[in-house]
Amino acid sequence: MRMSGGSRWALRAGVGLTLAFIYIPLAVVILYAFNESRLLEWPPPGLTLEWFDKAFENQGARDALWASLKAATGATLLAMLLGSLASLAVARHRFFGRETISFLVILPIALPGIVTGMALNSTFTEVLDIDLGLFTIVTAHATFCIVVVYNNVIARLRRMSESFEEASADLGADTWQTFRHVTFPSLRTALVAGALLAFALSFDEIIVTTFTAGTDQTLPIWIFSNLSRPNQLPIVNAVAAIVILLTAIPVYLAHRLTRDESVTGGTGAAGATAVP
Amino acid sequence: MVAVDSLDLEIAQGEFFTLLGPSGSGKTTTLRMIAGFEEPDTGRVELGGRDVTDLAPYDRAVNTVFQDYALFPHMTVGENIEYGMRVTGVAGDERRRRATEALETVRLPGYEDRRPGQLSGGQQQRVALARAIVNRPRVLLLDEPLGALDLKLREQMQVELKSIQQSVGITFVYVTHDQEEALTMSNRIAVFNDGRIEQVAGPTELYERPGNAFVAGFVGVSNLLERDGRRFTVRPEKVLMFDNGSKPSGVHTEDGVIRETAYAGMITRYLVDLDAGGELQVVRQNSEAPSADLGSDRGRKVTIGWRAEHTVAVEGEEESN
Repeated sequence: MRMSGGSRWALRAGVGLTLAFIYIPLAVVILYAFNESRLLEWPPPGLTLEWFDKAFENQGARDALWASLKAATGATLLAMLLGSLASLAVARHRFFGRETISFLVILPIALPGIVTGMALNSTFTEVLDIDLGLFTIVTAHATFCIVVVYNNVIARLRRMSESFEEASADLGADTWQTFRHVTFPSLRTALVAGALLAFALSFDEIIVTTFTAGTDQTLPIWIFSNLSRPNQLPIVNAVAAIVILLTAIPVYLAHRLTRDESVTGGTGAAGATAVP
Repeated sequence: MVAVDSLDLEIAQGEFFTLLGPSGSGKTTTLRMIAGFEEPDTGRVELGGRDVTDLAPYDRAVNTVFQDYALFPHMTVGENIEYGMRVTGVAGDERRRRATEALETVRLPGYEDRRPGQLSGGQQQRVALARAIVNRPRVLLLDEPLGALDLKLREQMQVELKSIQQSVGITFVYVTHDQEEALTMSNRIAVFNDGRIEQVAGPTELYERPGNAFVAGFVGVSNLLERDGRRFTVRPEKVLMFDNGSKPSGVHTEDGVIRETAYAGMITRYLVDLDAGGELQVVRQNSEAPSADLGSDRGRKVTIGWRAEHTVAVEGEEESN
């Protein structure tokens, strides 16, 4: 599309401002992680890797990282299972209340975290009487992780012609064989992309976690509680830089997996996925 | 909404049977009921004397060639063709042997390792056919399989499909909205309209003796006239055209005026307004070079005629479009 010089300039400025708005603060945090001084001086007097050493040696940070990885892995696995089942049901079957279910599955991502957190907290402690810990964090995170898996998989299913599955059944494959040989290979990349996003979402979640973690500390909670302690600040900056990296990787991979893919036509975009 | 109203069809073993009709007439739904993708509300589907109405698609000895081919994009051509045998537990050696054979039948030998995405539309069509016939079904269902191909390739595939059908001896049930395709390939044709069957007949009978106005119009040009309270149709190529004034014997003649002409290479079509009311399409073969300016024929007075035995009395309404 051709644009006038003025609107092109305005668009460029808009994109530039947006990116600057998002990434300059992140760059500042990463820069301070290498700051020689304990104080937040600008510009930093010199650069050092000392805080990363300290961060790796810090037992609290290591435990928190380990707890976050466990929680994110658990929530992701749960979301993959439930999210793909829900998307298959909604995309491939007609039943009473289908649209309602689709809406109810997506809703949690939009609900304020504080409301979800409160609700889960009272359900866990008052109604179910379970101790807060890893299990409750995983369950709580799964409520919104399901949404990203569900959305990714259902988008793929809607683009994928149903005649593939019909052709499979027509050629003699029962329901399970059709899923294993035809549906699943086409969904695989969408499922992985959804899982990576779910992992990233869970890994840095703090609000719902605060209500469901009990005495366990995940990495975001550890960062938050150490932020106010001046002598810990450089270590917190180093940990924050690591978190930025750990979150960016899965999001980048998910983005690569889902772009330029066609599963509707006969082209071999899904060609990289051979049948087991 | 009823896609298919009551219908009663009996298709013989080894027959090339076509379901012909406009879109939305119920022919594809009928095909999908035979395949098992749709369940009839009432009535039964029998295959070789066995009731298969309650069987799932994978339990029916029926295979389908889909309109969009539905070749699995993540498998090679060979894996696609072997798929049906693999899921039903045919041994690997036999699978490969039969796949090779099937590819030879559809004239694509050595294509096992290609991906569907690397093939042209015509080649994908052949692979879809090979994937279906390799399972030796009792009935092969084809849902407008040539719809996506261009005219030349379509005509070539019509001839090939017919010869493949004769060599493998499988019953073909073929869905199309193209009357010429139906006439060319079929042993018998069922004409669908609005979820009902209007007529079941062989190609010649269907064309020469259409059972009603819809069939006359859908299979060919309707050319309906009403004379002395009798409604009948006469095919355009059977209408004779004479220069104004001549009256040969044994032929019913009427006067009229040429309203439109359309030159189509092999033939020229004329639309003639009759003085006694109504219009007729007349086709003449261009066995001699036509006058350079066909437009000059427009408005010319002519006498046209037909033999009584070439008229067919019809009832009912014409196709509205």
